[in-house]
Amino acid sequence: MYDFEYHKPTSVADAVKILSADSDARPISGGQTLLPALKHRLNKPTSVVDLSGIAELKGIKRDGNKIVIGAMTRHADVANSPEVKAAIPMLAMLASGIGDPAVRNRGTIGGSVSNNDPAADYPSAVVALNATIVTSGRRIAADDFFQGMFTTALEPGELLVAVEFPIPEKAGYAKMRNPASRYVMAGAFVAKTGGEVRVAINGAAACVFRQKDMEAALSANWSPAAVAAVKQPADDMNSDIHGSAEYRAHLVTVMAKRAVAAAG
Amino acid sequence: MPQVTLTVNGKTHTVEVEARTLLVELLREKLRLTGTHVGCDTSQCGACVVQMNGDSVKSCTTLALQAEGASVTTIEGLAKPDGTLHPMQEAFREYHALQCGFCTPGMVMSAIDLVEKHPQGLSEHEIREGLEGNLCRCTGYHNIVKAIGAAQEVMHGRSATLAPAHAAE
Repeated sequence: MYDFEYHKPTSVADAVKILSADSDARPISGGQTLLPALKHRLNKPTSVVDLSGIAELKGIKRDGNKIVIGAMTRHADVANSPEVKAAIPMLAMLASGIGDPAVRNRGTIGGSVSNNDPAADYPSAVVALNATIVTSGRRIAADDFFQGMFTTALEPGELLVAVEFPIPEKAGYAKMRNPASRYVMAGAFVAKTGGEVRVAINGAAACVFRQKDMEAALSANWSPAAVAAVKQPADDMNSDIHGSAEYRAHLVTVMAKRAVAAAG
Repeated sequence: MPQVTLTVNGKTHTVEVEARTLLVELLREKLRLTGTHVGCDTSQCGACVVQMNGDSVKSCTTLALQAEGASVTTIEGLAKPDGTLHPMQEAFREYHALQCGFCTPGMVMSAIDLVEKHPQGLSEHEIREGLEGNLCRCTGYHNIVKAIGAAQEVMHGRSATLAPAHAAE
C-alpha cells in the first residue's frame, strides 16, 4: 500500500472541505473495500479522510413512514436494529448476509452504496424500496443514483450522508452466492410500496437494474408463479469463470421467485 | 509521523505509525504480539481477527489509526495472568480443534464474539454459519464446531465442564 495523509474530521462540512480541495483524496468508512483496493495499489490517494469521527453520520431512526440510516452505520447495526427489524425486516436480513461477521462489524451502508460494486447487496434494496440518497448537498432518487459499474451520481467532494427507505407493504430478498467468494452471483429484491411494485436485480449485470417485466407481472399478480414465467434475457448479463451470462439470466428468475416467496 | 493511542489487552500504548500501517502490523511488529496471524491479507481467511471495542474485526483490513482510542483484545489477552486458559481456548484443546494451528487465534477470537452475542445459545448449524469468515485448511471444522458448542455452555454458566453441546451426527 502506498502511504497517504490521514485526516479525521468531526463534521460533514470539514470532510467535504478536504475532499473538495483535493480530487485525489478518498473518504474511508469501514474500509472493507477500500483497504483491499489500496493493498493492490489499484488506487493511490494523496489522503484518506476517515469519516468515523463524524457523529452526525451514525445511527438509525424511524421518521414517519421512513427508516433513515446514517452513512456510517455498520451492517451489523442494521442487521440488529429493532427499528429496521420492525419496519423492514428484509433489510435487516439483507444486512445480516453481507460478507462475514467481522466484515459486518466494520463495513457501512454508506460505503457499500457509494462504491456500487455490481455484486453488493445494498444497491438492490435501495432501488427496489425506492430509497432516497441524502448527500452533503442534495437528495438523489435511487433510480438516478446507480449509473454503472462502480459509478454513481456522486460528484467529486460530495459525501453520502444517509439513506432514507420508505417502509414497504411487502419486501423480499434472495441471492445466490458464489460458493467460494460468497459474492452475489445474482440477487433479487422485490418490494411493494404504496401499491407500486419494484424488482431490483443485483450481481447479475454490471450494475443493479430494475426488471420491469417482472414488476408488471407482480403488479397484476403478486405470486412466485407470476415471476417464474418471466425470462431474463442473457444479453447484458455478466459472464465469467464463475458463471455464463445464460446461467446468471436463469438465476435472476429463480432468485426473483424466491424473493417473492420470502416477502409473502 | 502520526501517533495512535489504544489499549491492547488492558495496557495503553501510544505508538508512532505510518498512515498506511495496518492494525495487524501495529500488533505484530510494534507491540510484538505475534499471536495474531496474517493469512490471506485480503480479509477472507480470518487468521487476523481480534476484538475491537467488543466486536470481532479483521485486523489486516483496519488501519492502525482507525483504532485510535479503541480497546483491542488479542489471543494473548485471553488467558488469566496465572495461565488459566479462557474456556474457548480450553475447549479447543479438549476437542483437538486444530491441526497446524495457524488459523486458531482468529478462530478463537471469532468464536468468543459469536458466543458472547448469542447468550440464548447456538445450534451446530449457527456455529458453522458464524464461522463464515474464518478458514481452516487442515481439520475441516468438525472439531472446531464441537469445541465452540461445548465452550458456549461454560461461558454462559450452563455447564461447569466442557461436555459436548450437540448430539453426534
